Amino acid sequence: MSALAINTPLALLLDLVAAWLLVGALGLIQPNRIGWVARTLFPLGALVALGVAGMGTLALATDFTVQSAVLPLGLPDLPFHVRLDALSGFFLLLLGSAGAGISIFAAGYFRHGEGTAPGLLCLQYHVFLASMAMVILADDAYLFMVAWETMALSSYFLVTAQHRLPEIRRAGFLYLLMAHVGALGILLCFGVLHGGSWQMTFAAMRGATLAPAWASVAFVLALFGFGAKAGLVPLHVWLPEAHPAAPSPVSAMMSGLMLKVGVYGLLRVSLDLLHVGPWWWGLLTLGLGLGTALYGAIFAAVQTDMKRLLAYSSIENIGLIFAGVGLALLCRSFDMRLLAALALAAALIHAFNHAFFKSLLFLVTGSVMHATGERSLGKLGGLIRYMPWVAALALIGSLAIAGLPPLNGFVSEWLLLQAFLQTPHIPHAFLNMIVPLGAAIVSLTAALAGYVMVKFYGVIFLGQPREPSLERAHDAGWLERIGLGWLALGCILIGVFPQVALDVVGRITQPLVGATVQRGPSPWWMTPIASNQASYSGLWLWLGLLLAIGATFVLVRRFYHGRARRTPAWDCGYPWQTPRMQDSSEGFGQPIRHLFGPVFRMERELPLPADVQPQYRVKVEERFWHALYLPLARLVQRIAERVTILQGGRLAIYLLYSFMTLLLLLVWVL
Amino acid sequence: MTAVAYAWQVGECLLAIALAPLFAGWVGQCRAWLQNRSAPPLWQPYRVLRKLFHKDAALATHASWLFRAAPYVVFSTMVVAAAIIPSVTTDLPLARVADAIALVGVFATGRVFISLAAMDVGTAFGSMGARREMMIGFLAEPALLMVLFCAFMTYGSTALPSVVEGALSQHAVVLHPSLFFAGVAFVMVLLAENARLPVDNPSTHLELTMIHEAMILEYSARHLALLEWASWLKLFNYACIGFALFLPWGIAVHGAGIGLLALAIGALLVKLVIAGAALALFETLSAKLRLFRAPEFLTMAFLFAVLGLLVYLLLGV
Repeated sequence: MSALAINTPLALLLDLVAAWLLVGALGLIQPNRIGWVARTLFPLGALVALGVAGMGTLALATDFTVQSAVLPLGLPDLPFHVRLDALSGFFLLLLGSAGAGISIFAAGYFRHGEGTAPGLLCLQYHVFLASMAMVILADDAYLFMVAWETMALSSYFLVTAQHRLPEIRRAGFLYLLMAHVGALGILLCFGVLHGGSWQMTFAAMRGATLAPAWASVAFVLALFGFGAKAGLVPLHVWLPEAHPAAPSPVSAMMSGLMLKVGVYGLLRVSLDLLHVGPWWWGLLTLGLGLGTALYGAIFAAVQTDMKRLLAYSSIENIGLIFAGVGLALLCRSFDMRLLAALALAAALIHAFNHAFFKSLLFLVTGSVMHATGERSLGKLGGLIRYMPWVAALALIGSLAIAGLPPLNGFVSEWLLLQAFLQTPHIPHAFLNMIVPLGAAIVSLTAALAGYVMVKFYGVIFLGQPREPSLERAHDAGWLERIGLGWLALGCILIGVFPQVALDVVGRITQPLVGATVQRGPSPWWMTPIASNQASYSGLWLWLGLLLAIGATFVLVRRFYHGRARRTPAWDCGYPWQTPRMQDSSEGFGQPIRHLFGPVFRMERELPLPADVQPQYRVKVEERFWHALYLPLARLVQRIAERVTILQGGRLAIYLLYSFMTLLLLLVWVL
Repeated sequence: MTAVAYAWQVGECLLAIALAPLFAGWVGQCRAWLQNRSAPPLWQPYRVLRKLFHKDAALATHASWLFRAAPYVVFSTMVVAAAIIPSVTTDLPLARVADAIALVGVFATGRVFISLAAMDVGTAFGSMGARREMMIGFLAEPALLMVLFCAFMTYGSTALPSVVEGALSQHAVVLHPSLFFAGVAFVMVLLAENARLPVDNPSTHLELTMIHEAMILEYSARHLALLEWASWLKLFNYACIGFALFLPWGIAVHGAGIGLLALAIGALLVKLVIAGAALALFETLSAKLRLFRAPEFLTMAFLFAVLGLLVYLLLGV
């Protein structure tokens, strides 16, 4: 631990974090001038984000040595420690690069009359970014928890930006509650990790030797705490409420970035601070991850609100990431280092990909809401004609999130499947049969994600407008387009050069699990295990597809013709088509409701044959609410009612309580 | 050597493009014979293509650029897949661009584009077809993956050229029980993915039962020609994947001479003739399932594949 040199990446990062706070504070100068707050400060914030991404990249260079420092901040005996290593560098790169796109978009997005004043929103927004960066940089439990809580609180205020609406206040409260339940888990986890030394630095925790049972307690607490932040089922309930409530750039930040900070926390604790644990840690994480992935995908397919749909889709992706982490833990406990590295690489790349495509799609919903004022899928449609830019960029995001080659979502899913393919080699008689079946869940989830994205894109952008007012929809402004384009570019680049991503991630897997995924024979090929076992080349696939499309187009035009005329739609000769005859979002989700019926809690209102104006209504809810959370809430309520007996409302009684407590403590000490 | 390999790469791809309609024509002919109808000539699909390419395209008023682009994208995904699958020789420089899992992804790209295009015009049938197609797709994919798992377990690779070479390097004709189960599962997936009976009927235009046809209802002329060609190519590709996984005999391996390559083309034709006849027979014997029976059909395929996997893991064969 040395004093901080001025121009190291770590010092520059701290400066950049301070710059974010400064940009945020400047928003308070003229909080209601959009020209100042949105058009000036948010692009500055995006520049800072690019700087953060650049410093993160430096930390991923091959010749980078871990940097740490003690800050002259914090309590007298408890200073803040910061540290920059490959893992934090990777997550800073994620935070900065995706955050830059979101900030540029936000610069064009925020306008007057949306609850909280824009200047205050700017402060909360940049505090949120800065706190996420500090969580990633923290090297002691104290700073970690301070930054963690700042992150939760600043995002709470962002979620409740439109605090005049009661349902948004309710969503915000739920979010805050879950955030704190999770934070309690993390706090207790750190309480176990120091191993009796009462040293709160991560260095001390790495050195501590815990009894196996205590290590397991710490792991489960970490899984609970970070899982609650990341949205692991059954702790995911806040996501579908909070994401739709927040303004779209905030939803994008929460889903694209903050959930990843949860993943970072789990990785930091389980792979860095804790030593190698028993295999059931991995199996538990893997099982929860796979369950979460499938659950999220199924629920995403039946949503009718586009932001709720994306929130469930985030749950699905977090599930896939956790599955990768779980597999890595499982393999690490059997000392299968290469396989652990492969699974971890898949999880990390998926986290990175998800930051890009999910932010992109959340921002798209923001543009759509600005253009149409609608969030419900049932009132959209046909926007590809009125919003061509947004539609084209949303298509890239949708294809990427559906896990289709040659875009980025496919890369990480492919890596995860390759990791699963190796699991029959696990030296354990039952695990080697059970774990490979997880691959089926991964592929089912990926294919369901395709279903969800066809629904999302098809219902919003394709078909005929379901409301006449949609014809007045306008395309997004140029700042918004730049933000969307930046994120779409990220989706394409990782799809074309997956090997580069794999190389970068190798710098993280080496210190954490003791191996890197093998380099391919050439930079354009991804051959994680051996070149004759499995290979994928995003670049060649791109070239092949583009060449084939071009050649087909030229040949068809050359040998035949390009003549076309416009006619009314054919539809088996039915001439009285109306937009209402297209699938609604409920209609598109019908096969899922049918197939996975027992998963849902459904309330149906079916029309009678004699109804003049037949109404069909279906309400799909999660069983967790009625089976877990509402009983839990009632229990808490009952206990609280018992406790209120102590609350007489008279000052004298409270003083008596204090006096008695002091007296008891004195007796106990003496 | 590499120049020759690249030439074969292109040649094999062109062969697939050229043969795919013929294969579809052969299946159609067999079906007609089995159903006591007088059969259309073998080259009927080429005539269909010629007719469609000469017509003027009629586009629905609402159709966007996605609708016009989708046929080219779908056709190209199938062409790229045809280039990757080792149908004649394993000495393909680009065959390792995508292993079998990535190939499934390439097919999925085609499926998503055709579904999006179906929703673009905004008719009732289009979106109905799209959601049904996507449903079949997500049910078929886990089963297909488990089939590939079995092949991977047996030959230690998901790259199709390596699978073929692994199978051919065994001197005797070895029948793996695990691969037998996987093969059954693969055929079921093939039927579902290619809109064949009993999941979908390729020759139906009965409104409420169609899946694939519902999606391409709005297409005409060159766009329809490309989509039809793509669907024939998809069937051809699936057949070739099946040959590579389960019947690799005859495929020329690395360093084979021109004679062996000619033999490989002959073997491919023989296999296609038999497979086409078997497909027609199976389709004639089975009745179309109700839509929500399709999940049971595909779950059965999945279970067959898992059974194959367990047979391998427990018995090691």
